[in-house]
Amino acid sequence: MGGYILKRLLSAVPVLLGITVIVFLIMAMIPGDPATAILGSYATPENVERLNRQLGLDRPLWQQYFIWLGNLLQGDFGRSFALNRPVLDEILDRFSATLILAGTAFVLCSLLGIAAGVVSAARQYGLADKAITFVVILGISVPSFFLGMMMILLFAVQLRWLPASGMYSIWGGGDLHDLIRHLTMPALALAVVATGVIARLSRGAMLEVLRQDFIRTARAKGVHERSVIWRHALRAAMVGIIPVLGIQAGFVLSGAVYIEMVFQWPGVGRMLVDAILKRDILLVQGGVVFIAACYVGFNILVDVAQAWLDPRIKT
Amino acid sequence: MAFSALTRRSFGVLTAALLATSALIAPATAQTPPGVLVVGQIAEPQSLDPHAVTAVNDFRILMNVYEGLVRYASGTLEVEPGLAESWTISEDGTVYTFSLRDGVQFHDGSALDAEAVVFNFERMLNEDHPYHNTGPFPLSFFFSAISGVEALDARTVRFTLNEPYAPFLSNLAYPTGLIVSPAAVMQHGADFGRNPSGTGPFRFAEWQSNERVVVTRNDDYWGDNAALEAVVFRPITDANTRVAEMLSGGIDVMVEVPPVALPQFRGGSYQVHEQAGPHVWFLILNALEGPFADVRVRQAANYAINREAIVRDVLEGTATVAAGPTPPAFAWAYNNDLEPYPYDPDRARALIAEAGAEGAQLTFYVTEGGSGMLDPVAMGTAIQADLAAVGFDVQIETYEWNTFLGQVNPGLQGKADMAQMAWMTNDPDTLPFLALRTAAWPDQGGFNSGYYSNPEVDALLEAARVATDQDERARLYREMQVIVQQDAPWVFVANWMQNAVTSDRVSSFSLEPSFFLLLDDVSKN
Repeated sequence: MGGYILKRLLSAVPVLLGITVIVFLIMAMIPGDPATAILGSYATPENVERLNRQLGLDRPLWQQYFIWLGNLLQGDFGRSFALNRPVLDEILDRFSATLILAGTAFVLCSLLGIAAGVVSAARQYGLADKAITFVVILGISVPSFFLGMMMILLFAVQLRWLPASGMYSIWGGGDLHDLIRHLTMPALALAVVATGVIARLSRGAMLEVLRQDFIRTARAKGVHERSVIWRHALRAAMVGIIPVLGIQAGFVLSGAVYIEMVFQWPGVGRMLVDAILKRDILLVQGGVVFIAACYVGFNILVDVAQAWLDPRIKT
Repeated sequence: MAFSALTRRSFGVLTAALLATSALIAPATAQTPPGVLVVGQIAEPQSLDPHAVTAVNDFRILMNVYEGLVRYASGTLEVEPGLAESWTISEDGTVYTFSLRDGVQFHDGSALDAEAVVFNFERMLNEDHPYHNTGPFPLSFFFSAISGVEALDARTVRFTLNEPYAPFLSNLAYPTGLIVSPAAVMQHGADFGRNPSGTGPFRFAEWQSNERVVVTRNDDYWGDNAALEAVVFRPITDANTRVAEMLSGGIDVMVEVPPVALPQFRGGSYQVHEQAGPHVWFLILNALEGPFADVRVRQAANYAINREAIVRDVLEGTATVAAGPTPPAFAWAYNNDLEPYPYDPDRARALIAEAGAEGAQLTFYVTEGGSGMLDPVAMGTAIQADLAAVGFDVQIETYEWNTFLGQVNPGLQGKADMAQMAWMTNDPDTLPFLALRTAAWPDQGGFNSGYYSNPEVDALLEAARVATDQDERARLYREMQVIVQQDAPWVFVANWMQNAVTSDRVSSFSLEPSFFLLLDDVSKN
């Protein structure tokens, strides 16, 4: 197991290096430069050139890349032009917010999705299955940002039950209760699509397992039906479900960008959108590399979990 | 059957979850506390260092934390004493001597004196200054006429200009002229923009990235203390979310209300505030080459575009039709005799025929959005349709704002026939001087991207800049406006009216023609 983990970790190195190259090249290719963004409407070509020189953006591209990469390897992500603040501080500040949002949504969609899938499969073509399928298809079809806006209209503007945006109350809030009130709508809006997808695929995986011989054996031996479904069948089906969860975790993380915009959640997705608009190159590069590293790390976790569940993978 | 138990149990779980949720939401959304004003802003500030920023969004915060030597009198764009009690200007208009107010302290406890003022301007202007690297200072050219700043004694500062420069005082009232605490700059260096210290009625309390900037009342203020205990500026980039927050009671003041959302705030428990400001939205026409090199075609474009309809239908009445290059908000310098070009497509067609430019193909640069650009895509397509109606074939090319500036500022030559643009300025000198003079063509570092050139206009603008008598300046600007309107280097489209919505808990709120947000008189129950 240790060797397998090490192998997976090593294989992540070229992936991450590739990501740094791609992110760097994309940022170099998109039109518009940070100097213009900083100087605003008053940017004359002459001042733009001078500021680019000050920012070190007049050097050859490969030099800029290696300087940036060298600093990155030492944990120095540089300083954001637009926020005038170390990039890593900004990312870490924001990432915790994203993690709370995406993590909650992920837990919600995993639990709800798997539960719905299992119930659906266990009662195939029954009323529960049909009802769940209907709700699930509806959930998959509604874009999460649209759902978010509708929720704001209903629960914030009309009913005034929940706050429309932000992560904590501006004044006097800041405790867990306050966080949950702010988290409820964005986490639900973010979880809906992934819940649907997980439910569909869990249902399929469960149906396949339920047809297998060991289930029949278990039933024949008189194992309680609840135990057959939730212990024997689900554990076997998890081998098929876990990779789906891994992919959905990625979707939830990337979906957080829209949701953070709609609900003004102070997360890393919104930070990236703002940074791209302001041509805040170092912040975008650092943010993307950071998210990519998390993504890669998460995939390794998923693989390891799968290997642990299914001994055949261990090689 | 086992499954019905399962289902029963999941219903139980569901009910418990619902109960928990309703317990959570039982206390209706907490209202913002009295004495604390929550302002919904359009974006996160870039920095709270007034010398380092250019956006009106940032100015709205800065004007409450800092003060300049002079300021705009409430409701106007004319200067009155600020941190300077009085000043004298030499006969030739090149030496300004200011007497500072006594007993003023920065929020960090250091004293405001003449040396502090000197520090401020040297930091911006002198590249050898030890704190010049805390910049960049994009608007420092506002003060490029300064050749020296000296402290004559603790209370007296003398500025020497290399030539008479009439906009000097109003530039001092602009955020770029606000006075920051040298002690705080020395302490925080490049982080000063996150640890601001000024002399204003509010002092900086905290800045949570993308959540809020909080300022609290400065109880040691030299003037009357502010009525509010604190102001919270919340960045809410998405306009729809900003509207939702206003409707749900999460903010007390919302600025830059999208035109389509204004009607739902009129009447009821909200108040809509509107204020014309020194803003002009125009089309730069390429006067160097192509059809617009002919003045008749440029005039035709002014006749062909139905500005009334744009202002009414696209902008929902949040702007007025522009008559010339100078916004009416500069009341003293504005030519009231100027009538906007009427909407007259027949006249436009006649002029185009006369110039032999029928059916010309035009490339039109449009931006997706940007500072002061209002609703550029919708306005661009309306303009395209109006020009098509008089026989032009207009190709729109759309760019994101920074890319757009990178295309337009270096000049339209060889690329485009027309481009959108909008400026917000603090003095009637700024825009025409930087964008209409022959010496301001892009290759000379100016913003005259359409290559307009008229020696008469050049002479008037140069004369107005060095005239020390305001009436004389006003006369020169009025004359300039008549010529420019006639020459039509631009299509003069709209003057924006800034707007804001306040809840009924807010009183004494008003918008300034400067587009700043001054909150020291505002109160909230």
